[in-house]
Formats: sequence, structure tokens, C-alpha cells
Amino acid sequence: MATDVVPRRGVPADRAQLVQWMQEYGVYLGVTVLLLFNVAFTDHFLSTENFRTQAVQVAPVLIVALGMALVIGTEGVDLSVGSVMALSTSLLSLYLGYGPLAALLVALVGGAAVGLANGALVAFVGVQPIVATLALMVGVRGLALVLLPQLEDVHDPTMATLGSGDLVGIPYVVLIAVALALLVAFAVRRTTFGRQLLAVGDSRPAAQLAGLPVRRVLIVVYVCSGVLAAVAGFLATARLSASDPTSLGNLMELSAITAVVVGGTSLSGGRVRIGGTVAGAALIQLLNATLIKHNLSPSWTQIAQAAVIVVAVYAARERGRR
Amino acid sequence: MTVLKVRPPAVTPAARTEAGTNRGERLSALAQQHGALVALVLLAAVASLSFDSFATGDNIENMALSSAFLAIVALGMTFVIITGGIDLSVGSVFVLGGVLAAWGSRHGTLVALLLPLAGCGLIGLVNGVLIARTRMAPFIVTLASMLAARGVMLNITDEGATTYLVDKNSLFIRLGQDELLGIGIPVWITVVLFVAGAVVLRRTRFGQHVYAVGGNEDAAALMGAPVARTKIIVYTLSGLLAGLAGALNAAWLASGVTILGFGMELDAIAAVVIGGTLLTGGLGFISGSLVGVLLLKVIQNIINQVGSLDSAYQQVVSGGFLVLVVIAQTWLGRRQQVI
Amino acid sequence: MSAPAEVLAVRGLTKRFPGVLALDDVTFTVRPGEVHALVGENGAGKSTLIKVLTGVYQPDQGELRYRGEPAVFGTPLRAQQAGISTIYQEVNLVPLMSVARNLYLGREPRTRLGLIDFGRMHREAERVLGDYGVRVDVRQPLRHLGVGAQQMVALARAVSVNARVVIMDEPTSSLEPREVETLFGVIRRLREQDIAVVYVSHRMEELYAVCDTVTVLRDGRHVHTGPLAETDRLTLVSLMLGRPLGEVGRQTTATPAGDHDGEPVLHAEGLTRPHQLRDVSLRIHPGEVLGLGGLLGSGRSETAKAIAGALPVTGGSVTVAGISVRTGSTPAAIRAGISLLPEDRKAEGIVPGLSVRENIALAALPRLSRFGLVHEARVDAVVETFMKRLRIKASSPHQKVGELSGGNQQKVLLARWLAMHPKVLLLDDPTRGIDVGAKAEVQKLIDELAEQGLGVLLISSDVEELISGSDRVVVLKDGAVVAELSGDDVTEDRLMRAIAAPTTAPDDTSPTIPTSPTSAEEAAVHGH
Repeated sequence: MATDVVPRRGVPADRAQLVQWMQEYGVYLGVTVLLLFNVAFTDHFLSTENFRTQAVQVAPVLIVALGMALVIGTEGVDLSVGSVMALSTSLLSLYLGYGPLAALLVALVGGAAVGLANGALVAFVGVQPIVATLALMVGVRGLALVLLPQLEDVHDPTMATLGSGDLVGIPYVVLIAVALALLVAFAVRRTTFGRQLLAVGDSRPAAQLAGLPVRRVLIVVYVCSGVLAAVAGFLATARLSASDPTSLGNLMELSAITAVVVGGTSLSGGRVRIGGTVAGAALIQLLNATLIKHNLSPSWTQIAQAAVIVVAVYAARERGRR
Repeated sequence: MTVLKVRPPAVTPAARTEAGTNRGERLSALAQQHGALVALVLLAAVASLSFDSFATGDNIENMALSSAFLAIVALGMTFVIITGGIDLSVGSVFVLGGVLAAWGSRHGTLVALLLPLAGCGLIGLVNGVLIARTRMAPFIVTLASMLAARGVMLNITDEGATTYLVDKNSLFIRLGQDELLGIGIPVWITVVLFVAGAVVLRRTRFGQHVYAVGGNEDAAALMGAPVARTKIIVYTLSGLLAGLAGALNAAWLASGVTILGFGMELDAIAAVVIGGTLLTGGLGFISGSLVGVLLLKVIQNIINQVGSLDSAYQQVVSGGFLVLVVIAQTWLGRRQQVI
Repeated sequence: MSAPAEVLAVRGLTKRFPGVLALDDVTFTVRPGEVHALVGENGAGKSTLIKVLTGVYQPDQGELRYRGEPAVFGTPLRAQQAGISTIYQEVNLVPLMSVARNLYLGREPRTRLGLIDFGRMHREAERVLGDYGVRVDVRQPLRHLGVGAQQMVALARAVSVNARVVIMDEPTSSLEPREVETLFGVIRRLREQDIAVVYVSHRMEELYAVCDTVTVLRDGRHVHTGPLAETDRLTLVSLMLGRPLGEVGRQTTATPAGDHDGEPVLHAEGLTRPHQLRDVSLRIHPGEVLGLGGLLGSGRSETAKAIAGALPVTGGSVTVAGISVRTGSTPAAIRAGISLLPEDRKAEGIVPGLSVRENIALAALPRLSRFGLVHEARVDAVVETFMKRLRIKASSPHQKVGELSGGNQQKVLLARWLAMHPKVLLLDDPTRGIDVGAKAEVQKLIDELAEQGLGVLLISSDVEELISGSDRVVVLKDGAVVAELSGDDVTEDRLMRAIAAPTTAPDDTSPTIPTSPTSAEEAAVHGH
């Protein structure tokens, strides 16, 4: 009803615009400031080697965050991504005997299956996304450990190349992450699926009345998230040349959500900002690197990351309310 | 012309009054409330028949003691979940509590107890204030504080390199290791806390507010329930209890272990939900959570008894349990909504 | 009488929202022991008025007096503590908690130890509820009770926390006849206790059965207040709809009296849904605009939604151009050529965060894509065509729909559906909340579309629009078809008489013949 319009708070226009600008572009500003700070105050920051290291470290987070961005775009969340990475590494290690390609395929199928389960729970049973993916998070981590109870070294030349090799100086891992980011951005912008995803996230009732396949969109989104997490697990395994289902992907859900939210996407759905997500992942990585390079211990980076999350969610919340 | 797919005839309001005594509904309510207990009894019976070493005094004593710490965490979680929230920080807070207790035990028993309570209670309070006042989603706030608690813990322990030991002769250590009437002190403390928790939840106005906030937040506010205050209290309580459990665990192990306990939030949530508390809030039982904890521990014990099975099976089982319970609860909830 | 003459009064009340003047200089007073009906159509301002009275909204101008004193209620809780309680259609209690706990939340009887005394609480709850005709096990969860009994619990709670004014917002919308009787009994008893009742409903029979006074609002303005006994039904309907009685004929020539005897493009038969629709049937021929008349809550929107598959039905069928359509499925209805412009444009129509372009192309996307990739050139062509044809005013196709005016949002929705080449358009109050100029434009568009051979179902709170825009009008009341007007009978006068005619018992499932002498002989009775 027209009369149910909630009166807007009396925020002055210029301040409101500033807030909106910060939500939109704050993450790029943050990345720039951190870069400048490091150039000025951090020794050996401007070296190719340093950038390589940073990029390689951030790649798996970014890949998981891409899937998370899609899920959050539909007003959901996927807490099972870390467990899917662990499952992926277990499956890889088990099936590596059949060749790296077959092992990769099995890992991807595993990720897709978990995504399918998440999606079915959300779309058909009507379970809240956080509850459904939390249950899968517990079970899948256990499954990964059942399949592979302890750390196992991975000796495979192809995977070793993939993990540490490069093309014209750019590590394969980073190239793959960039390619996936472009692919997801393309899917969001150019495909029917992308448009439908945004409509479902923005206004589910309107999407339903417009005859969109709401359930199918939701399921595909969670499957994408599962598959991307499996890819991240594969790459992380290749880089470490070891499968460690106990620790791989721990707290990954948090890092991925942080990258998405810091990138300017509110948790209330209807938007997918791939550029922002990439910048968000970079921001967290740079922040951690900066703290470490200035001899602050990892414990401080965790506390700092927690603060960044709370601030980012709080800032993005304003938009979600509108 | 198509013949319609006729939905089950909607029950008229008049008929629904009698539907309260409907056998199906009664049964599902019973399953909700006592399903875990039945499963626990059956499983324990099967286990005692199958394994000679299951129903022994030592084994039971052991299970009771190792259940105690998870049970205390699950108690706080029960309050949180009944309000419709979730607290993902308890695992890290548990570890932090243990480290703070072990660190503080050098300054006496009182410090060893009060320091973890103060520190962990503060984290819970911050969770509660952020959730109640800024209306941020509980899972994201507590996920962030999980990280923060872990950071603080690592900071105190030189990035996890230092393990603080509890003096073998201190009074504090006796809290974890002594026995009363042949039963460990932590078990007694757990029992007392659960009785107190049940009384608070069932028999006080605060308890009623907890249910009301989770059952229908807007209605609760309209009926005069202090929604924000109730939320702040339950998260603070959850932090306090997780800290206490960590401290007792440190006393039991005689050290502030820095690696055990992460991921405990998932076990606690699983225990609470399996025990019959609705993950969407508004309905739950303190006793159910205790049964849920015992059920998880018995499963773990059986897996250990089998020997050839890895302990990770327990996670698979509780994950599978969770999925089933959540599906069942959602269906139950949907039936409620069709009026 | 020791009580003041008025227990609650507002004078000169004005409330604005961005772009809308929801209440304009409204005066409303309630005396103790009075049952005061508050009526009005969509957008009349009833819900805003109630929200101001109960502290949800603060007035922009005007004075609120309670028990003779100026009052300001910051929150609904404050209002309730002061003694103004609201019983909503959706009962505002906690369904998972027991009946007794709901009744006593926050004021439970306690033992000396400070613990809740359940024995006493249950005994007292049983006694209190017994007075309201509710005899149930008070230990069971509230949700096990029927809606009527739940409302009684809410009412009992309100009265026992010393309510002086009880506001009931469509309390009978999901009650059985027997429960309605009980409710009326309770209302009469409240009256004896000098408690004032504000009764919001669209059901004439109920108003006349239980209310003393009536206040009519229209378009945010106060129109009429007076004893109900002195206001006959027809007058009341004409006051609500804002059309004087006796106005002759329709002033429009926009709808040619073409013959619509051939095969109907839409045939809905016997649509039924508990509490909402009772055996609703209608036909629309190509090129015809069928008006769906009736007051708010008569089942107009539900009929449209049921036809569009957006509301599951327990009985009935829908046929488009001779081919039957699966009910309860939006995609099936859309494939068959049915398009619905929903009543709640903002919540169910537009996708506010997406651009004009994406909104227009949304439903037609599969057709505008190849291998799952959007064919941008084709989208641009479609968007350009419709933006021009419907004269959509936006800074560019890439402007967010949420930023457009109401009229342009509505046109974007129309464009979305026209891009699907529908056979039937269901328009649920398409000009509501739209300024006058845009309104005329949308009305003209509807006529043009019908001329091109579409079947149009038109719902409108604006009687003039309904009468002038429709070739035939089917009149709904309490979820059933009560009359059908065609040819020269399509007049505001006939429509209002059909609406005002008393119905028989509300549980009677057969369509009823209006009993007022004039409409009885003239209104074509819809039946088979």
C-alpha cells in the first residue's frame, strides 16, 4: 500500500551520497590506500616476487568468493564452502591414481553434489540457507575426514606444475582465478541465468509472478558455489602438494563472505558485484600482508579481519534496508 | 477442462480446535520432544550388548566427564537458538576460556575462574549488543567474534606456541579432577547448571521472554517483552557458559590447550537441534540438549569401540542427523503455517 | 456517566509519505462503550489512521487526545500500555507458546520464590477464557486453536491488560459463521463494560449487525461520520466509493458495444478457495474489457491471482482460448497467455533494483536469448518499441525502476507483459497511486489493447474508471459472484446497488440475487 511507505530518515543528502559512494567504491579506495601505504613504508613491497606471493595466496579465496557472491545475490549464504574444499582435496588424493584430470572431475562432481543438496534443501524443502548449509558443513567435513583421515602428500607432476608453474611470469593459479572471475562476471551480465538470479534476489515475489524458474535458479546457484569451492580445493592442494582435509578450507566461508561484503554487496540480495568481490579479496589479503610485514603477529590479523567484517556488514546494512 | 489437483482440504478453524488432539500431531510433537531420548536409550542398549567394554563404570564415567564440557556449551546455545539466533563463536570462546583460566591460575583460583568468565562474558555481551542493537545477522556477528576470540587466544599464547600449565597442587585443578561420591566435579557442575537453566527457562519471566522473542519477535515486542535486553542476556550467557566450560576443561587437563575445541560450536548446535529445539526458534527443551549431547558422545564412543572406524564418522553421523532433523522441522513448521 | 464524552479523539490529523498525502485533515472520535465502524476503499487511509492511533506512526499535523488529555504514543507498546489495543487479522501472539502463557506473558502470577505459578496461571486462564466462550486445554500451544479462538485469546489479553479502546482490523476475515456470532457476543459485552471498539471491516452485514456509528474515509479525507442506523447501505456504499447516487449512465464512448458472442478467450469456472473464493466463474471475449466490481476484500484480487496461477485453489478450472490451463502454476498460466499486473506493484510487480530495460525483458528473457545468452540487440529492440509505444518516461533504459514514478512503473510492468504477446491481461487496480495525467494515459492504453483483440480483466477501486472502462461488470461480494451487469446496466448506480444488496447467510455457497427491487430485476444473475 502506498501508505505503508516507511518514512526515510532525515539524513542530509550530501552525507547520504557520501555513504552511498563509500559503499559503492570504498573498497577500491581502501585497496589504493593500502597500496600507497605499503609503497611508502614497507620494504621490498614493490617487487614482482611479493605481488606473485600475494596473488597466489588470494586466488583460492577469490574463487570461493565468486560462488559466494552468486549465493549472496539470491539473498542466501553458503557456509559449507570450506568443507567442500576439504572434500575436494580428499577425493583428489583418493582418485589421483586415475590421473589428475579424472581426479579433478571426481572432485568437481563432489562439489556439485554438495551444492545440489544445499540447493534442494533451500529451494524445495524451504530450509533457511544458513541452516541448510550449516548442516552440510558439519557432515561434509566429516565425510572428507572419513575418506582421507590424515594429511597425505600429493606427488603428481601435472599438479606440481599447476601449483607452482607460471605463464609469462604469472602463476597458473592466478590465471585460473582471473579466468573464473571473468567467466562469472560474464554469466552475471550476459546470460539469462544472470538476469534471473538478480531478479530472484531482489524481489522473490515479483520473480515468481513473472514466471521465472525460481527453484531452478536457486539450485544452479548453490551448485556453482559448490563447484567453485571444489576448484579452489583442487588448486590449494596443487599449491601445497599435499591433501590435508583437517585444516584445508577452515574459516574459508568467513573469508569468502568478507570479500563479498567488503566489496560492497549487502547480504540482502539483488546485486552481484564481481569487481567489488575481487577488490574485497585483495583488500583482506593486503591488510593481512601489511600487518605481517610490519611484524604484527597473525593473531592481530585475525582480530583486524573480524573488525573489518563487522564494519563492512554494518555499512552494507544501510543499503539493504532501503 | 483440466481436473484440478486438489490440495488437501484446508482444515476449518473450528475443526482445528479439535485437531489439537489429533493423533498425528501428538505423535510428531512427541517425536520432536523425545525422539532423541528414544534413540539414546536404544543405542546405549545395543552398545552394551555388542561391546563388553561399553557398559563399564570406567567407560561411563569417562563419557560423562567428556560430555560435561560440551553440555555446558550446549546449554548456552539452547537459550540462543530458542530466541531464533545462533552463536558460532562458542568453540573459539571455549578455547580462549581454557587459556585464560590456565594463565590466570598462577594468580590463584579466584582469578583462574573469574578471568575466563569476564573475558568470555564480554565477548558474549559484544555479540548480544551488536545483534540486538544494530540488527546485524547473528551468524555473521558471531562468525566475526569467533575470529576475534581466536586472535585474542593466539595473542596470549605467543601465536599458540606457549601452553600454560595449571599448578598440580592448586585448588583450581581440583575443580576439574576431584570427585564427589565417585562422580567428577565437572559432572556435578553440569547437572547443577542444567537444573538451574531449566528452572530459569521454564519458570521465570525471563524464560518466557526467551520463548516469545524466538516465537514471534514482533508480537513479543507488542506484548511488552524486552526484546533487545533478552537477546543481549542470552548471548552474554552463551559466552559465559562457553568460557566456564573452557576453564573447567583446562582444570581437568591441567593446561590451557590451544588446539582442542575449535569446531565445538557445530557439535553444540547439532546436540541442541537433535535434542528437539527448533533451529528457527520459539520451541526447545533444556533436557533435550543434554540428551543430544549424550547421544553424540555415545555415537562417538561406539565409533571408538569399533576401532576400525575413524572418529570422523561422528561428524558424518551428526551432519546427517542435522539434515534429517532440519527437514523434519521445516515440514512440521510448514504444517503449522497452513491455516 | 463518569467517563469523558470521548475516550479517543484525533482532530485535523495529517500524515504525509514521500509522494503521498495519506491522511488529510482527518477527524475521528470514539466514545466509551461505542462500536465505531471505520470503512473506506483502497488508499482511503484507514490503516494509516489506525497506525497513528496505535503509535506506529507519528502525525505530521493534528492532535491526538486520549481520555481527555493530549497524548503522544511513541511506540505501539506505549499505546497498548495506555489502554489502546489492536486485534489484527493475523493474530499477534506467539503461536508456539501455550494458550495460558500467551494470555499472561509479562504478567505471570508468581510464587513467593519469584517463580511462575503455573497452577494458578492455568486455573485463571481457563476462567478468563471461559468468559469468552473459549473452553480449551490452556496448556496446549496456541497454534492448535482455531483462528477464532486465537483471536479471542488476543482479545482476552487486551481486555485484561485494561484496554479502554480495542481496534479490530478485519477480525472476521477468516472466521466461521459460528465464531463470528461469538465475537459479536463478546463485542456487545465490551460495550456494556464501556470499552470502545473501532471495527474495520468491508462486510456490510457485520457492520449493521454490531456497529453503532460509522466513519467513512476516502482518499485520505474524512467523508462522513454518523449513526449507522441512519445511514442506509446504498448511501454507505456511495460514500465509500465517492460517487453520488442516481448518476446516470456512463459518460464514455471509449468502449464500443461490439458483439462478444463468440468463443471466450478466457473461461474461469467455479474457482474456489476456503474463506476467499466461492465458486467464481467468468468469461472474457477477445477485445472485451470485463470489469470486476466489489468492495475491497470481496475477492477481486484473489480471483485475478487464482486465474494467473499465483494463488492455489481447491476447486475450479481455467481455460484460455479453449485450451485448459493447469491451475496453481504461474509459468503454466503465462505460457497459456495469461498476464497479471498485481495489485501490490512495489512488492510483487517491479524488481526495484534492476533497470527499466531488465524489468521489461524479464519475463520474455527465454525468448530473447540464444543458448542461454541474452541477445542484447533483440532486447534493445523490444525495450525501445515498448518504451515508445507506452510512452515510458525514464532518463534512459538503464535507469533503475525503483526510481520511476508510479505511473511509469506500471507502464514498465505493462510492457513486460505485452512483450509476451498475451491473450488475456488481468489488471488489478492498475491506476492506483498514479497521478491524474498518467492515469488517463494508462486507461487509454487499456482501451487500445482491448481494441487490438486482447481480453482484459479490469479491477479498480475507482468506480468511475471501472464503469467507464468496462464492457461488462461482474460483481463480487464475500468471495462470490452476486451480479453481472452488461449493456445499459453498466452504470455506477447499478453497481453500487448490487454491492449494497444484503446477502443471505455468509456460508451459503450459491450466488445470491440482489434483493433490492431495482437491481433484482435488472442485474443479470450469474448462474448456470
